[in-house]
Amino acid sequence: MSSSRPTTPLPVVRRRRLGRVPAMIVVVLVATLIVAALASNPRFEWGVVGEYLFSPSIVQGAGVTVGLTVVAMAIGILLGIVLAVMRQSGGVILSAAAGLYIWFFRGTPQLVQLIFWYNIGALYPKLSLGVPFGPQWFSVDANDVVTPLATAIFGLGLNEAAYMAEIVRAGLTAVGPGQREAAAALGLSRWHSLTRIVLPQAMRVIVPPTGNQVISMLKSTSLVSVIALAELLYSAQSIYTRTFQTIPLLIVVSLWYLAMTTVLTLGQRQLERRLNSGARGLRPAAAAPRPHE
Amino acid sequence: MTTPMVEAWHVSKRFGSLVVLRDVSLVVPEGEVHCIIGPSGSGKSTFLRCVNHLEQIDEGELRVGGELVGYEERDGRLHELSYRQTAARRSRIGMVFQQFNLFPHLTALQNITLAPSLVRRTPAAQSRERAMQLLERVGLADRANAYPMQLSGGQQQRVAIARALAMDPELMLFDEPTSALDPELVGEVLQVMRDLAQQGMTMLVVTHEMSFARDVADTVIFMEGGRVVEAGPPDEVLVAPRETRTREFLARVLR
Repeated sequence: MSSSRPTTPLPVVRRRRLGRVPAMIVVVLVATLIVAALASNPRFEWGVVGEYLFSPSIVQGAGVTVGLTVVAMAIGILLGIVLAVMRQSGGVILSAAAGLYIWFFRGTPQLVQLIFWYNIGALYPKLSLGVPFGPQWFSVDANDVVTPLATAIFGLGLNEAAYMAEIVRAGLTAVGPGQREAAAALGLSRWHSLTRIVLPQAMRVIVPPTGNQVISMLKSTSLVSVIALAELLYSAQSIYTRTFQTIPLLIVVSLWYLAMTTVLTLGQRQLERRLNSGARGLRPAAAAPRPHE
Repeated sequence: MTTPMVEAWHVSKRFGSLVVLRDVSLVVPEGEVHCIIGPSGSGKSTFLRCVNHLEQIDEGELRVGGELVGYEERDGRLHELSYRQTAARRSRIGMVFQQFNLFPHLTALQNITLAPSLVRRTPAAQSRERAMQLLERVGLADRANAYPMQLSGGQQQRVAIARALAMDPELMLFDEPTSALDPELVGEVLQVMRDLAQQGMTMLVVTHEMSFARDVADTVIFMEGGRVVEAGPPDEVLVAPRETRTREFLARVLR
């Protein structure tokens, strides 16, 4: 009878998830096949992979990749902040100019942009600084300035700025206008309002996608191999065009990229954890509704 | 006669083609509490925000402690000052917002010490001690290390009042300080404001709390359509208003 009071609590038996066992078998099987395929095929030439993994030109290429990522990302972030502030400035012309920039750089492939910048000399054989149709203060031969390195740095950086601008803008708008007003009412300067009130709150929104951008940038640097800059991929290519050991060298390259992105991912996780613990109360207040009237 | 704390003469303001303030004039003597009441959209909050130059005015003059806020007079015109110059003036005017606007990434204590240490360069130990006194005063000494998220609305607003008081303001502006609160939390905030009024703080309060206006205000100002319709002691304006529009408004809110 269900109405009589039980004297002891009924034990609960967990339902067994039998589906997990076949799934596990399939995964193990596939993994074994993959390992077997990797190990048994001599054309992978694992010995060659080991031989080149730390060869000087590969290590140097990896160094160029890291350097390029850092510099291009720095340009992207700084220019991105400028573009984000321009979009938010309220000025019609500034905002439209930033919008046009973002539209252009997001709307054309990165690879096309890089090749375009590399060939800018065909469009403007001389680059000069001065008054349009007036006196020139400064003029150089395009071919002297548009080196593969300069093209790579600016080609990647200018493109990145368009994406960073949107990320920074999202961060700035996530901080409600009430925060700036409270800072202003207390007599804080614009600088303190930005650095002590707005940015710390915007960071939580800006940092995670920026981490993704850094990882994406690290891989995008491989595109500049087409303009003959000796980064990681190009360094490998220049070896395998000589030795025809294409596959082993591409494996070397992939291992380097994997190692570098792994380090970045761990760093990103660490940084996000620190941001979260450093700002517990952030969520609802930043999105508080505006007082009307 | 001493200089009044707030003097507004013929203040007008437009948002595009919408006129939000029309020829507003009012005077708040030092140590008095003036409450501005009126229907929403009457311009009362906008006027309050003009007093510390969170909003620009289009015409007229606004003085706090005898000085213009956000402007300087040159050859018979008002020229807007830089953000930096305005900030110095603002730091002596406390403001409390409807939505509290506490800094969510800082604790209650840090919210209060931030402006004194950045703007006044008060030594950390000193601003901390003062902040603790203020938290004591608003009854929240035990919540000093709580983040705003961990506080109720009423507690947040009391921290916001303490934050404003930390700059030793000569004038306190309250912009509907209890409108965003749950009804049972309104009392604790009003009590802090009553205490403040009793201690002689000059206050300009935009509010819908008629009982607070009746008990505490020296003057009640009724605004509608961007104009001051009627102003006077609470016994007159709230009990026996001269203007029909004031009567209609009171009939609606007191019903």
